[in-house]
Amino acid sequence: MKRIAGLTLLYVCLLAGACFAAKVAPEAAKPGEELARMADVSGRYGGHLTIGQRSEPKTLNPVIATDAISREVIGRLMGDLIEINRSSQQTEPALAKSWKISSDGRTFALQLRKGIRFSDGFPFDADDVVFSFGVYMDEAVDSPQRDLLIIDGKPITVTKVDQHTVRFVLPRPYAAAERLFDGLAMLPKHLLEKPYREGHFAQAWSLNVRTSEIAGLGPFRLKEYVPGQRIVVERNPFYWKVDSENQRLPYLDELVFLFVGTEDAQVMRFEAGETDIISRLSAENYNLLSREKARIALQLADMGPSLEYNFLLFNLNDLGGKKLDDVSKKQAWFRDLKFRQAISAAVDRESIVNLVYGARGTALWGNVGPGNKLWINQAIPHPSRSIERARELLKSAGYKWNSTGQLLDAGGQPVEFSIITSSSNSQRMKMATLLQDDLAHLGMQVHIVPLEFRALIDRVFQSFNYDAAIMALGGGDADPNPEMNVWAYSGTSHLWHLGETQPATDWERELDQLMQQQMVTLDYARRKKLYDRAQQLIAENLPFIFLGTPNILAGANSRVGNFHPAVLDPYTLWNSDELYVRGPGLENAGVR
Amino acid sequence: MRNKTAILVAALTGLHLILLLAGFVAPYDPAAQNRELPYAPPTRLRFEDATGFHLRPFVYASTRVLVGDQAGSYQEDRTRAYPVRFMVRGSTYKLLGLHEAFVHLFGVAEPARILILGTDGYGRDEFSRVLFGGQISVAAGITATFIALLAGGILGSVAGYYGRWIDESLMGVTELFLSLPWLYFLLGVRAFLPLHLSALRTFFLLTGVIGLIGWARPARLVRGIVLSSRNHNYILAARGFGGSDFYILRRHIMPKALGVLITQAALLVPQYIAAEVTLSFFGLGVSEPVPSWGNMLSALEQYSVLVSYGWLLAPAGALIITSVLYGYLADALHSG
Repeated sequence: MKRIAGLTLLYVCLLAGACFAAKVAPEAAKPGEELARMADVSGRYGGHLTIGQRSEPKTLNPVIATDAISREVIGRLMGDLIEINRSSQQTEPALAKSWKISSDGRTFALQLRKGIRFSDGFPFDADDVVFSFGVYMDEAVDSPQRDLLIIDGKPITVTKVDQHTVRFVLPRPYAAAERLFDGLAMLPKHLLEKPYREGHFAQAWSLNVRTSEIAGLGPFRLKEYVPGQRIVVERNPFYWKVDSENQRLPYLDELVFLFVGTEDAQVMRFEAGETDIISRLSAENYNLLSREKARIALQLADMGPSLEYNFLLFNLNDLGGKKLDDVSKKQAWFRDLKFRQAISAAVDRESIVNLVYGARGTALWGNVGPGNKLWINQAIPHPSRSIERARELLKSAGYKWNSTGQLLDAGGQPVEFSIITSSSNSQRMKMATLLQDDLAHLGMQVHIVPLEFRALIDRVFQSFNYDAAIMALGGGDADPNPEMNVWAYSGTSHLWHLGETQPATDWERELDQLMQQQMVTLDYARRKKLYDRAQQLIAENLPFIFLGTPNILAGANSRVGNFHPAVLDPYTLWNSDELYVRGPGLENAGVR
Repeated sequence: MRNKTAILVAALTGLHLILLLAGFVAPYDPAAQNRELPYAPPTRLRFEDATGFHLRPFVYASTRVLVGDQAGSYQEDRTRAYPVRFMVRGSTYKLLGLHEAFVHLFGVAEPARILILGTDGYGRDEFSRVLFGGQISVAAGITATFIALLAGGILGSVAGYYGRWIDESLMGVTELFLSLPWLYFLLGVRAFLPLHLSALRTFFLLTGVIGLIGWARPARLVRGIVLSSRNHNYILAARGFGGSDFYILRRHIMPKALGVLITQAALLVPQYIAAEVTLSFFGLGVSEPVPSWGNMLSALEQYSVLVSYGWLLAPAGALIITSVLYGYLADALHSG
């Protein structure tokens, strides 16, 4: 009897503990603390928001995380020196309150905010910055960000000038170098130096990390992780931003990440009101939700074209040494510019926008779309679809048609090839089906081969055993620099011809030079001119047949305040410190 | 009982005839995309308009709303009625795969369209696709059944008739085949083949694999029948008169197994149609733009399609009807 009473008491205590766990209150500002004031932000304290994620994050370690899902959570926990404001697409001071660039563009002096603290209350200073960059650039750690920090094979040098000043020296001028700092989370030296010195840094900050062992400079800090179910992050009481009324951000008590499985499950949970924010919606799901708007209170946002570009890619790789006679025979067609131009002319981009993106997308004729207002070359022509022009182009290149309308090349071989695409991406599958029909009008026989994504990547990057593929790139940042690895001939995403030892064609040589030049040009207008020419070369020579880009579509429950999705990743949570819960009943809102 | 069997046979014959003559019954080309009409709902057949009742049904032309809150929905233009006509000229097709023809059972004048089961995401007529898809799916089921019963019948009778080590080893093999996870087996087989296979080769690959994996069960049944009748007096007598093994199997034993085989066929056909549908659903069957019930259903993998465009479930309905008819037939054959 006594034991039962004891147990009951224990349970009551546990339950009470769970229900009445004290919410962390924001710390009062200390004198000398240099906080960032967001003059146009207001909201109210309290409550929590829930976000459905497709799967569990793989890690909470910002240095080794590569997948978008992990980064979505990590981004809430960590802070950067300089941030790209996702709304304006411009850089903004963050942990560095200001910076000076030397006249040769090689030396950056960053002034850190004074008096600010990590989420465990430990002060942040220049030593943490130097430590963090040491980790990012360490070859043994193998961070995906390392490539950005090694310029011309030489690392950036980072030196501490004083407790709150850090100097970065670049091996050569680098355009828009301050954008590099976005996404490089500052690490707490006091917590991570030990695992780093002991050589097991990659194992640090796994999902099972104890909450006392992880700290960051983001608006939230880790509260709990329930395997297979959720991650809960709570307010960082020491966060360094305040709103217009000098109240310390963030407004929310907690942010809950639920692991729901698939994109469809995300939509269903959102529809049922179990989650509050959803991003990367497909047009079909967006339209589905907008029909539900009458029933449930939602705010949906169509942010316009994304920066991603979908394209048809032909295999122009050097196949010497690989036994792929079948593919190399077809490469004679693919290498012919007129053949590619004919295909581009025959593609019904308008239908792609209407049928694939449900009219919530934009047709593309180049790698930079209208979503990237700063860099798009407006002079790139947008010829409308013309089967006649396509036929003329093919005719002038020596192709003919037989009595049944089949297209034959100069040698009398029927033109027939297959397009591989990821079977899990229904939008690209649909594009392939439309292309198949478009090209049938030219007498080409096109087969669609849906492949599992990994098998597709293997064929495109390793075995080169494919004719054509539909893929997508871009979407990271508006700046041209992340595009280097696509357009520079030695780039790792130079998909149509990987592993070139020198540019295969004159235009590729020019393109490579333009990209290298723009990277070291600091003046925006001159850089824009170089990149305009690069875009023109790409559009004229069609290494990719550009198809279209989806709009960025996101939604939130109407009780979410300050919901301002952006076209840059992370589309909805970039201002998680400013999000708040509207309306009455806040006292209960935090209880799950 | 006999009556019921006759009705079922008639119904199934009708169903197969419709599928066989899909080109004639279907009003449109199953692969023709109509990009102005994605996800159009089924056209309503009407008998009444402002002027009163008409014996000849008619339809209205629909257009897609492009902007505003109703974007994506369809509106009927009621100013002009398009009567349904029979034996109309339309797209060309090959009747029975041989004869070029262009007469369709029914249709309406352009720009109106008679979409009995609506359209899919590319504006292709779902009804025409269900019929043409049925050709592939049902033919695959029947061919695979034929292969399975032929192989099963031969191997089963050999095992049952000769017994001893032949029986032991053959039945060992059937056990191996029965335990084979055929979906994974097919995924494996597909991985070894070239990226693209023509629709015809894919069809034979599918039916071949389904049939060859499926022979084990009928083989065991036939073996049981052969084994039990092997030592009957009339068989022994036939052997005494000098009848060869083949003669005895053909003349005396196979007729006994035939009834079982026919019932088996009625059971296996719907199973194998479902197998083809499953494989095509996973993208292992015939590929776009050739329809089959399985690859048509794969559009419903998306939640938004599933909840918004119910008419795309039509291939599942067709599969259920076919399976139920075959199931009743098997039942009637078994008890009758």
